[in-house]
Amino acid sequence: MSTPLYSWGRFPRRPQRGHGCVWLDELPAQMDRVIGAHRSSLPYGNGRSYGDSCLAASDEVLHMRSLDRLIEADWTTGVIKAEAGITLAEVLAVAIPRGWFLPVTPGTQYATLGGAIANDVHGKNHHVRGTFGRHVLSFGLLRHGEPERICTLATQPELFAASIGGLGLTGVIHWAQIQLMPIRASQIDTTTVRFANLAEFFALSAELDARHEYSVAWVDCLAKGAETGRGVFIVGDHAQYGSLEAGQRKKLSVPLTPPVSLINKLSLSAFNNLYWRLHPSQRRQGRSAYEPFFYPLDRILHWNRMYGRRGFQQYQCVVPAANAEAAMGELLRTIADAGQGSFLAVLKRCGALASPGLLSFPLEGTSLALDFAQSEALENVLFPRLDAIVRAAGGRLYPAKDAHMSGADFRRAYPAWEQLEALRDPSLMSRFWSRVIL
Amino acid sequence: MKTAVKKVLIIGATSAIASACARLWATQGSDFFLVARNVEKLQQTAADLKARGASHVTLHEMDANDIEAHPLMMGRCLTALGQIDIALIAHGTLPDQKACERDVHMALKEFANNCTSVIALLTVLAMQFETQRCGSLAIISSVAADRGRPSNYLYGSAKAAVSTYCEGLQARLFKVGVHVTTIKPGFVDTPMTQGLSLPAALLAQPAQVAQRIVKGIANKVPTLYAPGFWALIMLFIRSIPQPVFKRLNL
Repeated sequence: MSTPLYSWGRFPRRPQRGHGCVWLDELPAQMDRVIGAHRSSLPYGNGRSYGDSCLAASDEVLHMRSLDRLIEADWTTGVIKAEAGITLAEVLAVAIPRGWFLPVTPGTQYATLGGAIANDVHGKNHHVRGTFGRHVLSFGLLRHGEPERICTLATQPELFAASIGGLGLTGVIHWAQIQLMPIRASQIDTTTVRFANLAEFFALSAELDARHEYSVAWVDCLAKGAETGRGVFIVGDHAQYGSLEAGQRKKLSVPLTPPVSLINKLSLSAFNNLYWRLHPSQRRQGRSAYEPFFYPLDRILHWNRMYGRRGFQQYQCVVPAANAEAAMGELLRTIADAGQGSFLAVLKRCGALASPGLLSFPLEGTSLALDFAQSEALENVLFPRLDAIVRAAGGRLYPAKDAHMSGADFRRAYPAWEQLEALRDPSLMSRFWSRVIL
Repeated sequence: MKTAVKKVLIIGATSAIASACARLWATQGSDFFLVARNVEKLQQTAADLKARGASHVTLHEMDANDIEAHPLMMGRCLTALGQIDIALIAHGTLPDQKACERDVHMALKEFANNCTSVIALLTVLAMQFETQRCGSLAIISSVAADRGRPSNYLYGSAKAAVSTYCEGLQARLFKVGVHVTTIKPGFVDTPMTQGLSLPAALLAQPAQVAQRIVKGIANKVPTLYAPGFWALIMLFIRSIPQPVFKRLNL
């Protein structure tokens, strides 16, 4: 733990010193010690937040990753209770052989349980199951200098709501109890089809989303003109027949950080073109193991290093349904004109199911997410343009991915921020929160 | 592979490497007898193993330095497990070398933690394994045992004594069909190494080391470096001639 910790995007480059904790009963003392010495801190899980929401204002974080034990598991009901530092991959490794799966999973299985709650993550089934927070039954919350609180919707309604999506600011979530979802097989039955433009995406989404558990689209962010928004639409459902196998796939790794980003205009357009052409123009059914379906990028450990020493930023926004098609078109045209972006941008329709969380990101509409190699031009040129489009469409950005949004934009898009600020543990402060609130 | 339920005894069961090994055995439905100083930590470890598939977990509070308590522990263990298929000795502490150079009591206490308590336990365990004529005995030594480095030769000498003792025990128990594995972990990211500035490229995670240990025990490997590349590093370090070695600050 003596090696410095960063956020996933490695931007802003603010090395964090991790103060580990291995046993639950030692957490209050560790919290006292760190906050006593450095005035404030922040829980840090496995560093999968992209921007500065997982970085402490003091750069001294409570490193929760070693708290990775299961506390109780009832495999007849699928209710598990675990320490907050366990990763979703570790939950799946024990749950899948017993016929259970995460009811909601983000695009990486290396996020921790505590992080999944604090960011109220969502996944490819948001349109049917909402966010992760909807499946949380209870959690333990430790506020500095106070006895542990057990939060449920019934016993601590305010803190429960504020902590789900609360970015780790309301207290340290150190264990949680969640309801898993039964599955009969770990494989996913998929249907894949490419689409030529944004209008086709919205038509496919309207037709297919209601019929499938999972739905997502990869978009070629460099395609211009009539091809703007071309991409590949993928829907999936848990297979009814198959086997229950966890974590079989061999992982590759990016062993070191190159001095400059390997992702540039040339590699980007070549890859995006190829990816689009390799996918079928007619609907094709297939079967996939769960890992390549949910976590394609987890295949390559440390893939964030590909963006070089300067790191990268992810831009993820959601725009309300009424304005979604127009705004997505505008966003994608602006990005294509800039000639920047990631191998694959992710387009996904979010559903209407409300989250119990105060500051939950998704709203009914469409979400777009893509990565950009870090450069000054992002903040000075491209992001202000994208922000203006999102603002005009009544949309918002995702704090878990963010390293740039303005305080004004944040406070307009998340009016409940004042409630969270009122319930914040005064000893916990992130670089994100101090940037958008103060 | 064979899926018979294994009976596993772990001394120092709350250590990071031991609990990572236990998780792997738990997924095979093993029965456990876990020994450590702190009952609350043992309970948390036991809950984790049960949720992962352990059939039965029995807890026993004991300080490994309390040599008079060893026979009682063995008796309880045999009552709980019936026999021992795998015994893992994993307790230990990382001494402050500089402090031990000035404080003889601290030095001998650390030597007891890492060496004499292990020899005492092995004496009791070896008699049981001789009676059983089956099973595996695994002891966590260290790469530090391979050479007396100025930065931690007290720890290194304790582990060296354990390694040599185990080599002899290996030869003795081999004749009755019992296998002994000496495990030599390198730098592992555990509470014991917290606060040391170790080179990130050499720092292994407990889960990774545990996989190698569990596989090594199953394959009856006599000496197991974990991760494996430490065999090469130590081969190199052992080959440094003494006149050069004494001038280095390793």
